[in-house]
Amino acid sequence: MAHAVTAADTLEEKLTQELGYDDHFHEHHHGDKFQSNFLTTYIFSTDHKIIARQFLITGIFWAFVGAAMSIVFRLQLGFPEADMAWLKPILGKWITVNDAGIGKLDPEFYYSLVTMHGTILVFFVLTAGLSGTFANLLIPLQIGARDMASPLLNAFSYWFFFLAGVVMFLSLFLSTGPFSGGWTAYPPLSALPQASDGSKAGMTMWIVGMALFIVSSLLGGINYITTILNLRTKGMNMWRMPLTIWAILVTAILGVLSFPVLLSGVLLLMFDRSMGTSFYLSEIVVGGQILDRIGGSPVLFQHLFWFLGHPEVYIIILPSMGIVSEVLSVHARKPIFGYRAMIYSILAIGFLSFIVWAHHMFMAGVNPFISNFFVVFTLIIAVPSAIKVFNWISTIYGSNFRFNAASLFAVGFVSMFISGGLTGIFLGNSAIDIQMHDTYFVVAHFHIVMGIAAFFGMFAGIYHWFPKMFSRFMNETLGKIHFWGTLIGAYAIFWPMHYTGMAGVPRRYYSIENFDSFKHFVDLNKFITVAAIVVFFLQILFIINFFYSIFSGRKLTVKNPWGSNTLEWTTPIQPGHGNWPGNIPTVQRWSYDYGKGGEEFIPQFVPLKEGEHDHGH
Amino acid sequence: MGAIPSPEYNQSKILPQKLALWVGIGSMVMMFAAFTSAYVVRRSAGNWLEFKLPDIFFLNTVVIVMSSVTLHYAYTSFKKGKEKWYKGLLIATFLLGILFVVLQYKGWQAMTDIGATFTVNPSSSFIYVISGIHAAHVLGGIAALIVAMVHAFVLPFRPTARRRQRFELVCQYWHFVDVLWIYLIGFFLTQS
Ligand code: HEM
Ligand SMILES: [Cu+2]
Repeated sequence: MAHAVTAADTLEEKLTQELGYDDHFHEHHHGDKFQSNFLTTYIFSTDHKIIARQFLITGIFWAFVGAAMSIVFRLQLGFPEADMAWLKPILGKWITVNDAGIGKLDPEFYYSLVTMHGTILVFFVLTAGLSGTFANLLIPLQIGARDMASPLLNAFSYWFFFLAGVVMFLSLFLSTGPFSGGWTAYPPLSALPQASDGSKAGMTMWIVGMALFIVSSLLGGINYITTILNLRTKGMNMWRMPLTIWAILVTAILGVLSFPVLLSGVLLLMFDRSMGTSFYLSEIVVGGQILDRIGGSPVLFQHLFWFLGHPEVYIIILPSMGIVSEVLSVHARKPIFGYRAMIYSILAIGFLSFIVWAHHMFMAGVNPFISNFFVVFTLIIAVPSAIKVFNWISTIYGSNFRFNAASLFAVGFVSMFISGGLTGIFLGNSAIDIQMHDTYFVVAHFHIVMGIAAFFGMFAGIYHWFPKMFSRFMNETLGKIHFWGTLIGAYAIFWPMHYTGMAGVPRRYYSIENFDSFKHFVDLNKFITVAAIVVFFLQILFIINFFYSIFSGRKLTVKNPWGSNTLEWTTPIQPGHGNWPGNIPTVQRWSYDYGKGGEEFIPQFVPLKEGEHDHGH
Repeated sequence: MGAIPSPEYNQSKILPQKLALWVGIGSMVMMFAAFTSAYVVRRSAGNWLEFKLPDIFFLNTVVIVMSSVTLHYAYTSFKKGKEKWYKGLLIATFLLGILFVVLQYKGWQAMTDIGATFTVNPSSSFIYVISGIHAAHVLGGIAALIVAMVHAFVLPFRPTARRRQRFELVCQYWHFVDVLWIYLIGFFLTQS
């Protein structure tokens, strides 16, 4: 154990040697020999830090694809008269050019774009890309573990995600097009290949892709839960864990309990599609032809879908909430306000998210009496959400806030979460939802509260932990431009949609030109599209900054650049396999001792002084 | 590194692999909970074909319960160092597992014979799907049993802690698919 007796020149190294936990890692482990060449180090790695980066970069790829799709359908919505022939090289036969040489987006493909945009962003970017990145990066590093409980399953989790992506991606090139029935895949549209082109091979590939995706997220989730519950370092009890870890834990629990239900739902759908059963089908006429499939119920699918679907939106937002709590506290140089209240809120949100699913079905013929039950629980979710918002604001309030890209995005998250959460309360009341359902009001609600907010949390996390991932910083100026532009742009895109939605403009329509009552929204729609294009290019700026910084960003020269308390910053600047070269640091206190007793920050491995009280415990 | 107990600091008394399997079992439970509640919801909507579950399904239940018993005694024999019993009971469990799957197949044939085919009505479709996916889980268990048998017959007999833990994982899963079946058959009986 040669490395354990090198001179300890910092307090941290001294403490880690004296108090650290010696697990004889380098005597037992043979991990390093599996990382001897490029392929095993960067591609088929089982190291959680590499897997995190794989999830992140795959997620960025999908975010680009998904966002590009939205620009295409926004062009159609904002400028329905415009000539889209220039897109012909990319979209091929989905652009039909008429005799006058004017190219039009094929309406069927418009639906495919909307569907794939939703599927990609919800599942591939904000579930796998977000959870996969930060769960993998932060769990072992912040709880003081060498790696995940099962590094192998962890790698499988990534490769199933990758495969799911390959299947979805290939479905884009089918001659009948990818699936086009909306990301919620409601039958009978999704169950009957003859119902639309997208429901043919596109839907089959959608199901296969989603099934692979579910396997990936179950493997990941099982691993995250086991690692958090079992492999915390000495002294890291549950009430000392950073909120990131709490959020990821609850996220993973929601995932392993709700994704199997979606799997059941799509399996039954698959049987309906290919084996002739009628779980979801009854008395249907397609193209003038009466089907002999009777006895099924399409609403059954909605129940199964939304039993996953609602927890899913929290699977998306909780990791961001955890990241934001951590980032805000570090950059406000203040302990997170109401640590325990934060944890209880996360738990309450997690629990409640399982009993509100029918608020997506108020208009599906659900018994109004039962709806009341769901209205009440839906509105109760606003309570823990409000507690969290209050705590974030109190954390920032009166602090010496450090304004940088990471912390700005964290503040932006809070803003978005408030704006979008408020419209949730409108929609949660079934009486109002009858008017709002399937309009742009809902689109505005969930894009602000989930789409943008979750992205902001993710950006906060990327800017904050980039130095840990790549040993370099991202460019701050570009980061700030990215932030302000995206903040203003995102509101410019989605705020007006509240008004169009209240006026009744339905979502997912190819064109609203023909409705007299919506004529006055033509200019507004143009405005939204222009804002969307601007925001899209700002994200390209981010991607450039990201990849440029990996190779040429400012180098990280100290272990703990932000003055943070958590354990990931005690690892070497370029942590190797096993994260800590010698002992694992032990934990002596909670992770939020900022500005305590005159000290700017007291990392978690520093023992309590005599008579000092530990907040977390 | 998969199945090797980690040398790291372990916060809880339970082995990480076992905890992971419990969590996995939790998600399998949710999947079957979804199927059976879908069944209930769909049934209450009417247009439901009533038929009697073929008797083979009960024979089946006896078989899988017996396999759990034999596996349990294989495990205790392993712990007590009774090598012969351990190996014999392991094979018995394996054969009973195979028999279960075969009988399951016969059961589906019997259903088809009385007209409760896969597509005639959701009432029968559900039975095929639910018991079919359960059978897939049993096949997974049979694969685990094969691994356990390879351990038993290829490696020299040594009841070390590590081998005991591995064997316990197999038992945990096998008893789970057994209990799951008892739940399912009870569910079918009270519902049809
Ligand atoms: C105070 C909290 C919230 C309430 C009361 C609430 C309520 C609702 C209701 C009632 C709907 C259905 C609207 C309709 O289709 O007619 C809805 C849609 C939606 N909400 Fe929320 N929500 C809340 C927070 C959130 C959060 C935090 C997220 C995500 C992080 C979210 C994501 C979504 C999504 C994705 C949809 C639309 C799904 C679709 O139809 O495609 N909501 N919300
Ligand atoms: Cu919801």
